[in-house]
Amino acid sequence: MSKVLSLSGVSAFYGQIQALKSVDIDVNEGEIVTLIGANGAGKSTLMMTICGNPRARTGSIIYRGEDITNLPMHEIARRQIAQSPEGRRIFPRMSVEENLMMGSQVVKFADYDQQLGLMLELFPRLKERFGQRAGTMSGGEQQMLAIARALMSKPKLLMLDEPSLGLAPLIVKQIFSAIRKLNQEMGLTVLLVEQNAFQALRLAHRGYVLVNGAITMQGPGAELLARPEIRAAYLEGGH
Amino acid sequence: MAARLNANIKDAGSAGLLAFAIFAPFLGLRLHGTTNGLILGYRPELLAIAVALTIAARFLVLTYQARRVHAGRAAWRADKIARSGKFVAPILLICAALMPLIPGIANFYIDLGVLVMTYVMLGWGLNIVVGLAGLLDLGYVAFYAVGAYAFALMAQDFHLGFWECLPLAGIAAAVWGMILGFPVLRLRGDYLAIVTLAFGEIIRLVITNWVSLTGGPNGIYDIPHPSFFGLTFNLEGGPGTFSGFFGLDPDPKQQTTYLYYIIFALALLTNWVTLRLRKLPLGRAWEALREDEIACRSLGINLRNTKLSAFAIGAMFAGFAGCFFATRQAFISPDSFTFIESATVLAIVVLGGVGSQLGVALAALVMIGVPALLQDLSIYRMLFFGIALVVMMVIRPRGFVSTRTPSIALGKRRAISGEMVSEGHG
Ligand SMILES: Nc1ncnc2c1ncn2[C@@H]1O[C@H](COP(=O)(O)OP(=O)(O)O)[C@@H](O)[C@H]1O
Ligand SMILES: [Mg+2]
Repeated sequence: MSKVLSLSGVSAFYGQIQALKSVDIDVNEGEIVTLIGANGAGKSTLMMTICGNPRARTGSIIYRGEDITNLPMHEIARRQIAQSPEGRRIFPRMSVEENLMMGSQVVKFADYDQQLGLMLELFPRLKERFGQRAGTMSGGEQQMLAIARALMSKPKLLMLDEPSLGLAPLIVKQIFSAIRKLNQEMGLTVLLVEQNAFQALRLAHRGYVLVNGAITMQGPGAELLARPEIRAAYLEGGH
Repeated sequence: MAARLNANIKDAGSAGLLAFAIFAPFLGLRLHGTTNGLILGYRPELLAIAVALTIAARFLVLTYQARRVHAGRAAWRADKIARSGKFVAPILLICAALMPLIPGIANFYIDLGVLVMTYVMLGWGLNIVVGLAGLLDLGYVAFYAVGAYAFALMAQDFHLGFWECLPLAGIAAAVWGMILGFPVLRLRGDYLAIVTLAFGEIIRLVITNWVSLTGGPNGIYDIPHPSFFGLTFNLEGGPGTFSGFFGLDPDPKQQTTYLYYIIFALALLTNWVTLRLRKLPLGRAWEALREDEIACRSLGINLRNTKLSAFAIGAMFAGFAGCFFATRQAFISPDSFTFIESATVLAIVVLGGVGSQLGVALAALVMIGVPALLQDLSIYRMLFFGIALVVMMVIRPRGFVSTRTPSIALGKRRAISGEMVSEGHG
């Protein structure tokens, strides 16, 4: 299995505050890897560091054999690393279609229509809402749009930050099953940041646990799920 | 229903009390100056009128609001506006195109048309920056000034005509747009507004104080008028003039009409470019930028280039308009480029409904045309302006025309009122 993404010794700071402490993470081709941790652990920071903001102060980030540690953000995104940042961040006053067009705006490839068809098949709800303003859709639909938009660039790696945030359990299920489908049918590699540890670990092949900016545990999803300390910290008594 | 009526009456009553407290010293009392000093007079009737008006207005607003906010209604109204826009826009366009040709129309009205059209163009130009890209620019007049001075100086020093200078003035302004753009790339919202405001002032102060280049406060005189395929306009007629060539009686209207059509064409160009750009990736990136910067970055948009291009293209149109302004006035000085110009243009954009082309044109007509027609009432101009702003905020908080039709749509377009759409954050 070839490595799609490999972080070694990555640390990141917000001013004086260290948000990531020498993080090592590997994501292999065709894997779903999840990163779980409590609120404020640094999950979003880790994802954003891969995207180039904040920059890694130490360590290196290798994407498919290329060192992307010091590339500008838009250059990183142009290497078909799709990111769906925390909080959906769709373009509310633009239509669903325009949102999707934005997704493939920079990463140019010939078969926009094919990719669009694929996305509308994956999320039929978006088809119904195609001409509607994105801001008027429900939270679940907006999350679907955020994922579809990220996928419009036909990425090699999809990074999702808390896609389940604020959604009803049924919708979360739909979204997670769409992620599984993407992974199984198209071989998409996924890095999934989640607070919803139970769902995420069940979905993922492997998981990492982030505590205060450092990786404390790692292993196959099912194995992590079985560990008592994980159960105590993330599964019972809220997450 | 009765309960609501009761509540409304109570609310209106307390508004009346407030009005009484505010107006009592302003309207209720009056100082008369006499040779013996000041004497205090009373004007209870004026005070009563003000309070009564306040109560009535508050009551009406409340009753009206109660009927409003209904989501279905808002969508219906948005749809109606969008549809009526389809008719209103062409009608306005035809009226604007034919206006100077109305037989017997006074020169004054054509000249007023030129003024209004200049602001329509400025409004559309600023709309690119504020409406599409969402960058709040309070120093737009700076680029207007750059365009005007670029032309004036080139005409003065190199004896170039309007048509040669028009593109150069646009380019000069675009370059300054980028120069301003660089330092403010990382700023947003209020901070951006403050810095652009300062930039507008800096340009004006530089023009005022760089006397050797710009003539300082005295301005630049004798800026040439545009020629019509080499023909000039004057009141004597004769060979080489427009009237002489076509065998017409010289009339100041000829030149005004010509100017009118120039600015009309420039304004239409601005509009056309804006509409085109909205369908192109660059325009879509601007709109996305306005909605959410973080999302843009995650999609690989180069924020620096996108913002700079918005500043540059917006500034370019201000440069064209400035060039036109200089040729029309034949005289420019720093007094023409004060902050109030930026504020007026911004008010046009905001009143028109940020991002709406038709709304901006209507707002320019109302803001510039109506006060000029009502010159007798010009002392009340600011009062009307204030009332208009307040009324707008109450009834149409997103501007006259607060809808944005998606720039692309397959099949049925659905217009959705701005009131129903949440703001982008970030
Ligand atoms: N822009 C920022 N500036 C300063 N500190 C930040 C910023 N963003 C996040 N942090 C801090 O970094 C830590 C990690 O935050 P974050 O990555 O958002 O956590 P998570 O996504 O796991 O909830 C937190 O302590 C948070 O307060
Ligand atoms: Mg987070």
